[in-house]
Amino acid sequence: MDNNLILDIENLVVRFETDDGTVRAVNGLNLQLEKGHAVGLVGETGAGKTTTALSILRLVPDPPGVVECEKLLLDGQDIINMPIKDLEKIRGKDVSMIFQDPMTALNPVFTVGEQIAESIFLHEDVSKAEAYKRALDMLELVGIPAERANEYPHQFSGGMKQRVIIAIALACHPKLLIADEPTTALDVTIQAQMLDLIRSLREKYSTSLIMITHDLGIVAEICDEVAVMYAGNVIEKGTLEDVFNRTKHPYTEGLFNSIPNLNDRKVMLTPIKGFTPDPTNLPPGCAFEPRCPYACENCLKEQKDIYISDTHFVRCSRYEEDGFSIDRKEIQ
Amino acid sequence: MARYILRRLLLMIPVLICVSFVVFFLMDLAPGDIVSQMAPADATPEQIEMLREELGLNGTVLQRYGRYLWNLLHGDMGTSLSLKRPVIEVFVERLPATLKLAFASIVIALAISIPLGIAAATHHRTWLDGSSVVLSMLSVSMPAFWLGLLLIFAFSYRIKIFPSGGSGTFKHLILPALTLGTEQAGNLTRITRSSMLDVIRQDYLRTARAKGVSEKYVIRKHALKNALIPIITVLGSTLGNAFGGAVAIETVFAWPGIGRLTVAAINSRDMTLATGCIIMFTLMLNMTLLVVDIAYAYVDPRVKARYSK
Repeated sequence: MDNNLILDIENLVVRFETDDGTVRAVNGLNLQLEKGHAVGLVGETGAGKTTTALSILRLVPDPPGVVECEKLLLDGQDIINMPIKDLEKIRGKDVSMIFQDPMTALNPVFTVGEQIAESIFLHEDVSKAEAYKRALDMLELVGIPAERANEYPHQFSGGMKQRVIIAIALACHPKLLIADEPTTALDVTIQAQMLDLIRSLREKYSTSLIMITHDLGIVAEICDEVAVMYAGNVIEKGTLEDVFNRTKHPYTEGLFNSIPNLNDRKVMLTPIKGFTPDPTNLPPGCAFEPRCPYACENCLKEQKDIYISDTHFVRCSRYEEDGFSIDRKEIQ
Repeated sequence: MARYILRRLLLMIPVLICVSFVVFFLMDLAPGDIVSQMAPADATPEQIEMLREELGLNGTVLQRYGRYLWNLLHGDMGTSLSLKRPVIEVFVERLPATLKLAFASIVIALAISIPLGIAAATHHRTWLDGSSVVLSMLSVSMPAFWLGLLLIFAFSYRIKIFPSGGSGTFKHLILPALTLGTEQAGNLTRITRSSMLDVIRQDYLRTARAKGVSEKYVIRKHALKNALIPIITVLGSTLGNAFGGAVAIETVFAWPGIGRLTVAAINSRDMTLATGCIIMFTLMLNMTLLVVDIAYAYVDPRVKARYSK
């Protein structure tokens, strides 16, 4: 079982120690991903999705960030205790990341060809010229004519830049790709193209994927598994069917209820009341308790994961009670 | 790009004419003139008038300026009144000393400020950062002549390893270059630090790290090239000013550069030499600024794209 995991995170804690107090971004997160699978990391802004992703690359800015972890294995390699030199060999090679904003993620003073080639040159045993040639192939692969390799980022549109970033991320055929809201900054028409591109390249190189998003539609489109995050924790995780059809956590239910229903436009939207908790001052017990319609006294105690099935768990103590269920109907 | 350079060169002509006009008239307003200094004490008014005519100082200031400008446009900067030699010849004779000092000081300034500025930015809010700020403030606010005198006291009076003044050997260059270089390093360190701090927060550095680029190259390659524009701006004006001669330092170290020449020309009311020196200085400053603007294009492709339009 263990050998089949591309990513194994146990009890990840990330906090930012600032002058205004300690921001608890990730609080004891567990996440496992099997090789070749795609997991969607879903949650509101500030849920700790990006911080979790950066921890996997150990790119959390330090100071002020402090990362602690019982276990963080990437393809069996211990990331947390790895010397920085070895880490640099893994970044971009075994795991790479697509960042949220393509407008600022490319270096303005180097050509896109150089920026793709740099990654290849760093990780593969090739000459600079050979690396550049392979960068041209990568550009073609993401749908940009190779002639444009000697152009600079400012000569590209947002969608084209995101293609370049995808080319950089996939240049060395990583085992794990982390895509941090890769389509949020793009037009809707371009979004579909990007998702198609990521999906086809993922199939081609059998890359595992962590798709960070707040768009449940994208998750349904591209992922096999879903992990819903709230206040720095995975509060429900399962296969796509588990989470979409047999929703368990009240917060996940709230997310689904916030999606407009096209078939019945007269139905009122039911937003989740309240705001995400202040990460410098998290409530005790379940962080969702203050906003939860099902909250009871037990919710103030420490929560643990309750397994509904082999693939599906929920972090909600109310499921310890017999017969508890949320309003959302299960879809068979 | 070529068209841009040509336009900039042509634009320098009116600038130089304006400068010559202002300097010429300011010199005319200054009390005293060279004729009264040169004429013997018992000269008659007729003799003085003859001398004036001989030196080309007769007529109204507008007439004189007209003649000067006419000659200038024909490439003739006239003859120094006090030295009786062509202005351009005197200037060119003094130029190497100034250039030597300017380049030596800028090398020292860069060698101090770039590493220090980068280190301060990468160690933001540590003792290293703090001391770089203190040091650069100190170097900016300390008068150059005072630092020069301290260095002379230390290294030519107490420990006799460097000469206290004059020029000729490499040893003569060290103290004045060190003084000027330290002064320039202050501003350059500050701008390197703030420019790097700006760049270090950018997303594309995270992209570079995520690619597996080592921290050393993230800073030296990805960050520094982006931080260069403000550094080049300050470097350009620093170098341009150094071309004009650092008057205080040249005086302290008896350095035979343009700065001292210009001051001497102004003091002796040598109209042609003073105006000529200042015009040449303006020209060199403008050329430096042009080189800076061209350098931008090589550092930042976005600037280059703007030039070619």
